[in-house]
Amino acid sequence: MDEMKYSMAEEIKVFRSWSSPFALRIIWALKLKGVEFDTIYEDLTNKSPLLLQYNPIHKKVPVLVHNGKVICESLVILEYIDETWKQNPLLPEDPHQKANARFWAKFGDDKVMQSIGGGVLLKEGKEQEEGFAASMEDLKYLEEEIRGKKFFGGETIGLADIALGWLAHYLDIFEEIVGLKLIDQEKFPSLAAWKQEFTNAPIIRENWPDRDKLVTKFAAMREANLGKGTPK
Amino acid sequence: MASDQVTLLDLWASPFGMRVRLALAEKGVKYEYSEQDLMNKGALLLQMNPVHKKIPVLVHNGKPVCESLIIVQYIDEVWKDKAPFLPSDPYQRAQSRFWADFVDKKIYDFGRKIWMEKGEDQEAAKKGFIDSLKLLEGELGDKPYFGGETIGYVDIALVPFYTWFYAYETIGNFSIEAECPKLIGYCKRCLKKETVSKSLEDPKKVYDFVVMLRKKYGIE
Repeated sequence: MDEMKYSMAEEIKVFRSWSSPFALRIIWALKLKGVEFDTIYEDLTNKSPLLLQYNPIHKKVPVLVHNGKVICESLVILEYIDETWKQNPLLPEDPHQKANARFWAKFGDDKVMQSIGGGVLLKEGKEQEEGFAASMEDLKYLEEEIRGKKFFGGETIGLADIALGWLAHYLDIFEEIVGLKLIDQEKFPSLAAWKQEFTNAPIIRENWPDRDKLVTKFAAMREANLGKGTPK
Repeated sequence: MASDQVTLLDLWASPFGMRVRLALAEKGVKYEYSEQDLMNKGALLLQMNPVHKKIPVLVHNGKPVCESLIIVQYIDEVWKDKAPFLPSDPYQRAQSRFWADFVDKKIYDFGRKIWMEKGEDQEAAKKGFIDSLKLLEGELGDKPYFGGETIGYVDIALVPFYTWFYAYETIGNFSIEAECPKLIGYCKRCLKKETVSKSLEDPKKVYDFVVMLRKKYGIE
């Protein structure tokens, strides 16, 4: 009987790096659903043969391996997790609300990450000003969407919260590095409130990567991108 | 379903718009097609897609859905009793989503660079484009469609781009069929289906459109 139990046990592995906000999404989703898994940390400057075997096309983290089945791309993985483990659903049932959640998750990746990560963090001077202006536009849309709601998913954390969740921790770090305030309490009160809710939510608050390490890493990334040579 | 009001805000040459037309055709959904002037965006488009101000937008009983692949999934979920686009198994669904995402990340971006860039940048885009198509050929394997025996989500995501291949080839001065005969064979097979042939535009007309765009952007 014990042998039967073992052969029916789920084998779930998550390939991540210590800092990747994309991989963090998977950690949150699995933990929110109470699913146990093993973590494999990758050094993205020295990718393991196994990662390259599992994700030959993009060669990136996160990768989810569930009983030998490999899934890549964080938003694809999130939908897989939601369809496989049905407790604490990340997406609503209604097709229009579902489409809305997917829209905001995509908006986060296509727009917000580009304007803030690409435009503000990694640039300076006029380019940074343009990035800042673009991010203000993007954050304005998020502010309108979150207004009146605790989470983008409503009363509970949903797909869009998980996709946008990096804002709740990484943004403070970016703001510190560049010396600019993006989610200003006065300009974006609802978004600032969401940041607080999300960053302190159970599960979420226990899984943030080390803040000091992130500051060092992203400061170095900014230096490298600005072509200032070896960071101090 | 008889009382459904479905409108598609679109631009005739857009491969993203064609995805939605194909999805609606596969499900046999009657809808009103509304051609948009993107140089002079109408009030309805701005109201229905205030964030991106882009097409396609599906308006279903007054409520908008934006972003082509999100619209296609929405169509699949609402009109679920006919021609499912995604398999029922979560892992198979994940594979379909992965490859549709791949089409978005690679085919559109490289294709765009082929008609917008010149010299080395264009050559790099051509190579990236062909490499991506070859990966898609590998995924297709021996199946008639990416969806298996019937057209599915990845087919809907990909096949509209075929209408832009003639423009890419003519502007980029290369033959896609010479490099990826299997993929071209697949596209031609799809076109034999009435839902596909009536949803896709004439490649020659698309080429004229791209020539017009190049002139407008000052690319010679």
